[in-house]
Amino acid sequence: MNGNVAAPAIDVRGLTKSFDGRRVVDDFSMRVDRGRIYGFLGPNGSGKTTTIRMLCGLLTPDAGEGTCLGLDLRTQAQAIKRQVGYMTQRFSLYEDLSIEENLDFIAHVYQVPERAQRVDQTLDSLGLTGRRKQPAGSLSGGWKQRLALAACLIHDPQLLLLDEPTAGVDPKARRDFWDHIHELAAGGMTVLVSTHYMDEAERCHALAYIAYGKLVTRGTAAEIISEAGLTVFSIRGEDLTAAAADLRGMPGVELVIPFGTALHAGGTDRAAVERAMGPLHEKYGITWTAVPTNLEHVFIRLMDRTPDNFSA
Amino acid sequence: MEHPHFSIDRTLAVLQKEFRHMRRDGVTLRLVVALPLMQLILFGYAINGDPKHLPTAVVAADSSEFSRSLIEGMRNSRYFDVTRRLQSEIEGDRLLAEGRVKFLVVIPPDFGRTLMRGERPVVLVAADATDPAATGNAIASLAQIAQRAVGRDLVGVAARAGAFTPAPVEVRVQARYNPDGITQYNTVPGLMAVVLSLSCTLLTSIAVTKEREKGTLENLLATPVRPLEFMAGKVLPYVVVGYTQAIICLAFARVLFGVPFEGSFLLLMLMTGVFILASLAVGFTFSTLAQTQMQAMQMSQFFFLPGMLLSGFMFPFEGMPKFAQWIGSLLPMTHFLRIVRGIMLKGNGLTEVLPHFWPLAAFTVVAVLIALARYRQTLD
Repeated sequence: MNGNVAAPAIDVRGLTKSFDGRRVVDDFSMRVDRGRIYGFLGPNGSGKTTTIRMLCGLLTPDAGEGTCLGLDLRTQAQAIKRQVGYMTQRFSLYEDLSIEENLDFIAHVYQVPERAQRVDQTLDSLGLTGRRKQPAGSLSGGWKQRLALAACLIHDPQLLLLDEPTAGVDPKARRDFWDHIHELAAGGMTVLVSTHYMDEAERCHALAYIAYGKLVTRGTAAEIISEAGLTVFSIRGEDLTAAAADLRGMPGVELVIPFGTALHAGGTDRAAVERAMGPLHEKYGITWTAVPTNLEHVFIRLMDRTPDNFSA
Repeated sequence: MEHPHFSIDRTLAVLQKEFRHMRRDGVTLRLVVALPLMQLILFGYAINGDPKHLPTAVVAADSSEFSRSLIEGMRNSRYFDVTRRLQSEIEGDRLLAEGRVKFLVVIPPDFGRTLMRGERPVVLVAADATDPAATGNAIASLAQIAQRAVGRDLVGVAARAGAFTPAPVEVRVQARYNPDGITQYNTVPGLMAVVLSLSCTLLTSIAVTKEREKGTLENLLATPVRPLEFMAGKVLPYVVVGYTQAIICLAFARVLFGVPFEGSFLLLMLMTGVFILASLAVGFTFSTLAQTQMQAMQMSQFFFLPGMLLSGFMFPFEGMPKFAQWIGSLLPMTHFLRIVRGIMLKGNGLTEVLPHFWPLAAFTVVAVLIALARYRQTLD
């Protein structure tokens, strides 16, 4: 029942899922080793949620195969469910039940042994013992997120699937959340987490970027950055809006992003980018310096390059 | 100049948005058309304050011309359909108790001879008066029917004896089960069926749809809970609700309206359980079809309405056209209604209840199977 402990936490090949004839996930493969935090990135509607739902048995793949915790995705979904904790994008505990009642229900459904103690422990570690009788719906966004995470952990899963867990949560709570995720991974838990935040992506051991249902790139943050081979310049000057408009569409300029009071522009061909910027020095009085490439640069360029699924 | 407190343009914006909402909600839109249609057709055809063609059993020990005329006369009145000819009264009593016939007509063995002698033979008519509205007019017309039918044959004889002022035949009517014709005796037990049908269907369909609408179903589906476990756990609390309502109905029927309770309480509770289960299964099936709680509510109403109108609760079942009776026979409410009235007013036991139990049980089994088949453990 516990699957194969030596097997990778996730090992799937060729997962495909369509809704109403639209391919939401297309021939998707991934492998995640145990004890890793794997970041799942991509624009909205890229198929992240659908992939996660297939991994935890909420959706049946149209095609593809593989294992979760060494258990077959197609035939052992029930056994997988017992060892996976899934945190939905939207708060999906019962708002009219108290915090304690929610935890007790989830623990009961998973048939957690010594349930009462387990619930008490969880309440204690959350620091919610004093508010246990309060309805879950009355909690703030950050607290709801902590409660939801605690609920997915109550049955000691080996794999955590987190679907945009920190959306709408303040920076302090996000940082605490990620510290907690790292502690869990250090204890051997595997975590697959989807996010739109670049700082969170950088805290993952490995990343996969998907767009329109297809895997675009994967690796560690450093690998993805170096593979992209981008040179990025930070441009300063008077009329950056006009400069940005001029730069967009110039040969070799693959990336133009306003960055606070500066403008970031870049491409894979350093000489071409410098050629494009040259005349603008005179025209708008701008100056530039090379800056290190970060994940955001890479992903913005990826998003611009991948064809739009909705117009295709 | 624009009015500072009321802008027609802004009102139009809200109005336009509202119409767009309506257009997006296919279920509601369809019901907007279907509900009045259904109401119209059902009410229009089903309501018949003067029900005709009531099933009648005849025990005729006399084979004279007179008894044939009497039966023919009853038939011609269109109130009575002679569906059974029986040898014994006991058999007739059973049919009456089971609700298979509304009338039992007993013509005595020496009917013809007594008449010829100029005496007044007694024809016994036992009527199932549980629903006074169903049998009232037919009973009222009996004396006249008898006089006219038998009188015609007696023309020759009658000439001798002069005009028959008292009627040549005495029709003795026995209004069984509800001799005083108290309408509440009929409607109050029926209300129990109505209450159970509505609340059980509605509450389950909403309870399940709520999980989908609020997003909690997604979380639940990711846990090891299996479909049957979910269904049972979700639905059983409403069995308790249903029984509570049934007991309240029965207690108040007794206290407020003095409705008699002739049969076995235990048997009624058993049958109530089956009916509750049927209603819950229907509600659960609706919840697998509805996306929102609002839709679930509308579907429950859509199911409830024919139950009210075609089951024999509001209008005598026998007074409805055949197609309405046919639809009515498919509804669990129709059969449960007969069971409740039978047990409470007629003191029916298991034997008399069984003919109505089978269709109810069949409906329940089918409804549960559909609900189970429709329920998905995934979000596909």
